[in-house]
Amino acid sequence: MLDILDRFGLSLLIGQAPHGPLGGIALTLLMSLAALMLAFPLAILVALARGSAWKPVRRVAAVYVYVIRGIPLLLLIFWAYFVLPLMTGFDAPASVTVVAALIVYEAAFLGEAIRGAIAALPAGQMEASRALGLGYWRTVRHVILPQALFNCLPSIVNQFIMIVKDTSLAYIVGAHEATFAATQINAQLLTQPLQVYLILAGIYFVLCYALSQLSKLLERRVTLRRNRPVAQAPLTEASA
Amino acid sequence: MFSSTTFDILHQRDVMLLFLQGLGVTLQLFACSAVGAFLLGAILASLHFVGRVPSLLVQVFVGYHRNVPAIVQFMVWYFGIPQLFPQSWTGWTDEHLTGFFFAVVALTLNAAAYISEDLRSGFRAVPNGQYEAARALGLSYVTTLRRVLMPQAVRASLPALINQAVSLFKATSLAMAIGVAEMMYIARQVDGATYATFASYLVPTVLYLACTLSLMACGEWLQNRLATR
Repeated sequence: MLDILDRFGLSLLIGQAPHGPLGGIALTLLMSLAALMLAFPLAILVALARGSAWKPVRRVAAVYVYVIRGIPLLLLIFWAYFVLPLMTGFDAPASVTVVAALIVYEAAFLGEAIRGAIAALPAGQMEASRALGLGYWRTVRHVILPQALFNCLPSIVNQFIMIVKDTSLAYIVGAHEATFAATQINAQLLTQPLQVYLILAGIYFVLCYALSQLSKLLERRVTLRRNRPVAQAPLTEASA
Repeated sequence: MFSSTTFDILHQRDVMLLFLQGLGVTLQLFACSAVGAFLLGAILASLHFVGRVPSLLVQVFVGYHRNVPAIVQFMVWYFGIPQLFPQSWTGWTDEHLTGFFFAVVALTLNAAAYISEDLRSGFRAVPNGQYEAARALGLSYVTTLRRVLMPQAVRASLPALINQAVSLFKATSLAMAIGVAEMMYIARQVDGATYATFASYLVPTVLYLACTLSLMACGEWLQNRLATR
């Protein structure tokens, strides 16, 4: 194991980075972060559309969420990698198409998580804000989302763990991330598949386990914050 | 792209038969793993009550399967594990331990880890008095678990279990990476042979949606039936 790490550790970490394309764990993380950042605004839109007052908007959002939840990510990656270039004539590298597929896929799951957090807020929040004369969008921006997004921080981190794991599928269409790097190393060694793949599993484990601990920590923080006593308005002369 | 030829394959009997065979393999993978995963998941969840050491071992098992991508678990089983077999077994293992076998093993263990966690939180939802009352009535520990606690835990964690079933169905697609001829594998084959790319991926999309949406619908129906009356 150690000798494999010694020989191939760098290529697992960054692929052929200085001389060739970035790969390995660095690319895995880069793809995951890009997918999370770009899926996030889309997920908020999905969450709002699912709770929209307009029936057609709700319908469209529901169809989107159910279709995406109903197909394997691998199929979506194939759509993005094999079919889209034919339709648009636009040829993107494998890693970019996989990130695109991940964005579409994760927006549905993340959107459902955010929708749950919005639904869990007391209805009085929306009502009070509208009663104070704030419009729908200002209410969403300044009252609803800050609270809802804070409350679902743990599930956002959990979604990120899912994304990190899901990027491993990119090796099937030939993106040079960590799993692809490991298959390359295995092809060079030929005699030690178990060691190579256990090292790969170990790398993912360390990454995702650390993230899951972060998620637990955030969970505790959110719970503390939620159960904080509400500040009492000071009694004024007039009301006394 | 939308030339008249792309949808021609939909009318070709042999191509559609191939897809149906792929669907058959997908359904077999799902059925074998679902049964195995639920049984193993139930056992693992129960082990948490047995003692501290078994509980810790289950946590290690769950930790591995939840923090490592499923595709990597497939690779460890399919490419890695046969390395441990002695040379003399090679003939027998090549014949009996196919990609399908390892795919079922990997899917079962992976789903069992998730299901055991869901059941565990389901057990937490069952009040302590249930266990005490059952034992006071003279039911043995195993009977209590099987007839009193488990049904209630399953009911409490049903939504999560339905989700796991859908996830497992989708995860069968990963078996193509180790050469199992399930739906995605067939789609790649048909695409490569006919160049009818659009239709080649449209067919599995429709088939997957038909299966997963019916799973979700069955789940809804079950939930309404089991709703505490």
